[in-house]
Amino acid sequence: MTQLILEQALNGLQFGLMLFLLAAGLTLVFGIMDCINLAHGSLYMVGAYFVAAAAQAADSFWIGLGAGVAGAAVLGLLLELSLFRQLYQRDHLSQVLATFALILIANEAVRMIWGPAPLMLNPPEALSGPVELPLFGDTFFYPAYRLVIIAFGLGVGGLLYLLVARSRVGMWVRAGAANREMTEALGINVRALFTAVFVFGAALCALAGGLLGPLLAVQVGMGESILILAFVVIIIGGIGSIRGALVGALIVGTVDTLGRALLPTLLRAALPADAASTLGPALASILIYLLMAAILFFKPQGLFPARA
Amino acid sequence: MTLRLTALAAALLLPPLLTGSAHAADKIKVGFVSTLSGPGAGLGVDIRDGFNLAMKQLGGKLGNLPAEVIIADDQQNPDVAKQAADKFLKKDKVDFMTGIVFSNIMLAVGPTVFENKTFYISANAGPSQYAGEQCNPYFFNVAWQNDNLHEAVGKVVQDKGFKDVLIVTPNYPGGKDAVSGFKRFYKGKTEEIYTKLGQLDYAAELAQIRAAKPDALFFFLPGGMGINFVKQFVSAGLSRDTQLFAPGFSADEDVIKAVGAPMMGMFNSSHWAHDMDNAENKRFVAEFQKEYSRLPSLYASQGYDAALMMDAAVRDVKGKVEDKAALQKALEAKRFKSVRGDFKFNSNHYPVQNYYLRAIGKDAQGRVTNKTMGTIFTNHADAYVSQCKMK
Amino acid sequence: MAFYQAASWQKPALITFGIALLAMPAVLTSFDQAFYIGFATRVLIFALAASSLNLVLGFGGMVSLGHAAFLGAGAYAAAICQQAGINEALIAFPAAMAAAGLLALLVGAISLRTRGVYFIMITLAFAQMAYYLFVSARAWGGDDGLPLNGRMQFAGIPMSDDQTLYFVAFSAFTAAMLLFGRLADARFGRTLQAIRENETRMAALGYPVFRYRLLAFVLGGAFAGLAGALLANLTGLASPNLLQWTQSGTLLVMVIIGGVGYLYGGVVGAVVLLLLEESLVGVTEHWHIILGLLLLAIVLFAPKGVAALFRKRHG
Repeated sequence: MTQLILEQALNGLQFGLMLFLLAAGLTLVFGIMDCINLAHGSLYMVGAYFVAAAAQAADSFWIGLGAGVAGAAVLGLLLELSLFRQLYQRDHLSQVLATFALILIANEAVRMIWGPAPLMLNPPEALSGPVELPLFGDTFFYPAYRLVIIAFGLGVGGLLYLLVARSRVGMWVRAGAANREMTEALGINVRALFTAVFVFGAALCALAGGLLGPLLAVQVGMGESILILAFVVIIIGGIGSIRGALVGALIVGTVDTLGRALLPTLLRAALPADAASTLGPALASILIYLLMAAILFFKPQGLFPARA
Repeated sequence: MTLRLTALAAALLLPPLLTGSAHAADKIKVGFVSTLSGPGAGLGVDIRDGFNLAMKQLGGKLGNLPAEVIIADDQQNPDVAKQAADKFLKKDKVDFMTGIVFSNIMLAVGPTVFENKTFYISANAGPSQYAGEQCNPYFFNVAWQNDNLHEAVGKVVQDKGFKDVLIVTPNYPGGKDAVSGFKRFYKGKTEEIYTKLGQLDYAAELAQIRAAKPDALFFFLPGGMGINFVKQFVSAGLSRDTQLFAPGFSADEDVIKAVGAPMMGMFNSSHWAHDMDNAENKRFVAEFQKEYSRLPSLYASQGYDAALMMDAAVRDVKGKVEDKAALQKALEAKRFKSVRGDFKFNSNHYPVQNYYLRAIGKDAQGRVTNKTMGTIFTNHADAYVSQCKMK
Repeated sequence: MAFYQAASWQKPALITFGIALLAMPAVLTSFDQAFYIGFATRVLIFALAASSLNLVLGFGGMVSLGHAAFLGAGAYAAAICQQAGINEALIAFPAAMAAAGLLALLVGAISLRTRGVYFIMITLAFAQMAYYLFVSARAWGGDDGLPLNGRMQFAGIPMSDDQTLYFVAFSAFTAAMLLFGRLADARFGRTLQAIRENETRMAALGYPVFRYRLLAFVLGGAFAGLAGALLANLTGLASPNLLQWTQSGTLLVMVIIGGVGYLYGGVVGAVVLLLLEESLVGVTEHWHIILGLLLLAIVLFAPKGVAALFRKRHG
C-alpha cells in the first residue's frame, strides 16, 4: 500500500509539474496582457511536433528537445508580432474568436504537414526501463523517464519561480500583472516585455509537449484537452500569479491522479464492483472541476490573486 | 447594401447545390467511413490501405463495373460518423458502406444505413447487438464478432493454467464485449480495470497492477492506446513478473512497429496471420509490403477481404445491385477466397471460422513479428447467433 | 446606447426570408437535392441554439462558455423521454426545455456570483462536470450516448420524414425568434441591456440585477434545451459529444461572427458558419484552415460581426 500511494504521489507530482510549465505562460499572458489565449494548447501541440520531428531527424531525443523548443520560441515570436499585438487592445470575445480560429488553423496545418496518424516519440534508450529504489527494505520500481520529467519540472519550475519572484525582469512582469498603466508610466518598455513573456510561454509549452511526447502520443487535438486543465490551474491559483500557477498545478495534478487511482478502490469497498468501476473514473474526472467551483465560490479571485 | 447581401447569399448558397451529382446505374459506389485521425487512426488507415490494395488489384472495378470509393474520416466521433454516413446515403446514394473501426460508432451509424436498405460490410466492428437480437439482413461482418478473439485468449489462458488474471480494457461496448468473451472460456479469478477510451497515460493503472500482483494480464486496448500501454508497462518493470496476453488487435504490426523488442514473448489470438500458408495470403502480404513498405495487420486483411466480398457479390448478381434480395443471397454465398483460408457466414451474417494462437518473436530475417503457434478454435461461431431471428 | 431596434427594411426582408424557408423543402426536392433538407434542419436548429446563447451573451452581457451543457441536457431529456415510453414531442420537448432550464437555474445561481473571466471559466467547469456525468451514466449509454429508437411524433404525426422534422424545427425557430424579439423590446429586455451597459447604476436604481440576469440565463438554457431535443431527433442520438467544450466554443463563435447583441446575430452566425463548413468540405479536405483564416479576418476587419456589416448600430 505504501508503494502504491508513493508511486501515485510521484505520478501526480510529474503531471502537476508539466501542467505548471503550461500554466506559467498562460497565466502571465492572461494576467499581464489581459488576453485570453485559447491557442496556448496549440503551441503545446506544435511544440511537441517540432520536438518529435527534430528528434527523428537528429536521431537523438535531447537534440530534438532543444531544437523543438527553439523552433516553438521562434513561432511564438512571429505570432506575437503579427497577431497577438493587435489582440491585446480588443475585448475578450474577439480574443476568444481569434484564438479559436488559431486552433483550427494549427490543427489543420499539423495534419497537412505530418499526416493524421499520431507520431510516436521514444524516450532515450537509457531511460526506457525502471529504476530500483530501496524503500523500507523493499525494492521500489519507478520508470526512469518519469523521474527525469520530475527533475526537469522541478528545475525549470524553480528557475522560473526565482526569475519571476526575485529578478528585476520578474519584478517588471509582476508589476505589469498588477497594474499595467503604472508600469508603463514608470518607463518600462511594456511592449518588449509582452513579446518576451509570450515567447517564453511558447518555449515552455514546447518543453512540456516534448517531455510528455514519449508518455502520450504526439497527435492533432492533444492541445485542447490539456488547455482546459491549464485554465483550471490558473483560475484556481489566481490569474497572473506564478505562485498560484505552481500551487494550482500541483493541486490539480495530485487530485486528478490520486482520484483516478484511489477512488475506484475506495468506492469498491462501498459499492458493487460493477458500479464502482464506472462511477470511479467519472467522479475522478469531475473532481478537479468540483474543486475549482468550490474555490471560486469561496475565493472568487482564486487562491493567490495578482491584483490584491 | 442589397447588392452586397445578395452576393454574400449567392456565394454561400451556390457551392453545395452545384457539387451534387446524379447517381449512375452503371457504376458501383462505396462509402468508406473510418477513423483516420486521432489515437485510433492506425486501424482505419490499415483497413483503408487493405481495401485500396484490393481495389487496385481489381483494376478499380467491383464485379466488372467501374467503382468509386468515397472516403470520410469519422474522427472517432459518432456524430461526425453519422453525418458522413447520411451524406453517403442520401446525397451520394452509395451501394455499399464499410470501414467503421469502433463498435460504438457502428451502433450509432447502423440504424440509418439499414433504414436506407444499403448493405454494410463490416471490416472490423462486430458488436454483439448486431450478432444477436438486432441482427439485420443489411449487416455483414467479414471479420469476427467482437467476443471471438477474446474468447480465444480466454481459452488459452485457462488451458495454460493461470489462476489470477487482471483485465485492462476501455470503458466502451467493445471493451465490455472483451471482458464477457474472455470470461466465457476462462473460469479463474479476475479483476477488471476500465480506462477511458483514447486514454494514453497509464501511470495510475500500472500502479494498481503492481499492487494487485496478478500472474497474467489480459489487455484489450486498440491502436495508440495499446502502444502506450505496452511501452509504459515495460518501462515500469512489470513485464518481469506478469505474462501479457492480448487479442490480435493489441498485438499486431501497428503496435509491434511502434513498440519493438519489448513485446517479444507476448501471446495473442487472431483469425488471420501474415505467415498463413495459402496462395491468396501470400499474394496479399507480398503486394501489401510492396505498396506500403510495411507488413499488413489483421485490420488490413479485413479491409482487403471486404473489397473482395463486394466484388464477388456484384459479379454474382451481374451488376444488378438494385435487386436487394438477390444481392443479399450473393453476399451470404461468400464466393470469394479469403486471405485467412476458408470460412462461411452464419445465419446472423457473422463468420464461422478458425482462431489461431500467435506469439511475438523474431522471424528468420530478424524482424520482431507474429508467428502462428497453433489452432485454438476450429469453425468457431459466436455466442449470440441463437438470439438472432433474421428477417 | 446600443439598444436593439428594427430597421425599416427589416420586416419585409424577414417575411421574404420566412417564405423562402417555407418553400425550401419543395424546391430542394424538385432539384433532387433532398439531402439538403436535413442540412437545412441542422442550420435551423443551430440558429435556435446560437440565438438562445445570444440572449445570454448579447442582451445579458454574460460570456458563457458552457452553453453546450444545456443543448446536451435537452438532447438527453428527449432521448430519456422516449426510453420511458413518451414518444410525443409535444410532451418531450417542453420536458427537455424544463430539464435544461432547471440545469441553467442551478448553474446560473452559482456562476452569476462571479464576474468576467471567472464567469467564463466557472460556466466551463459546470459544463465539463455535466459532460463527465453523462459520459459515466451507463444507463444512458455512457461514452456512446443514448440512441433514439426512430424519430418521435409531433401531435401524432411521425417526424420520420425529413420534411416534417424540418417544419417542426422551422416552427420552433420562428416561435423562439418572435419571443426573443418581443423580449428585447419589452421592459425585461431593455432592463437587461441596461444592466449589461452599466450594472452599478442599475443596481443603485434598485433593480434586482441578479434576478434579471438569472432569468435571462435560464431562458437561454431552456431554448438551448429545445434545440438539443430537436437535434437528437435529427441525428437519432443524444451523445456526450454535444456537451464538449468545443461545442460551447462553436456556439460562441457563431454568435460572435453573427454579431453580439443583434437579434438575428445568432442566426446569421449559425447560417454563415454551417454553410461555410458545408461548401468548404467539398473544396478541400483541409477546409479547417480556410475557415480559421476567415474567422481571423472577421476578427480583424469586421469586429462587430457579419450582421453589423448590413447596418449601422443604433444609439
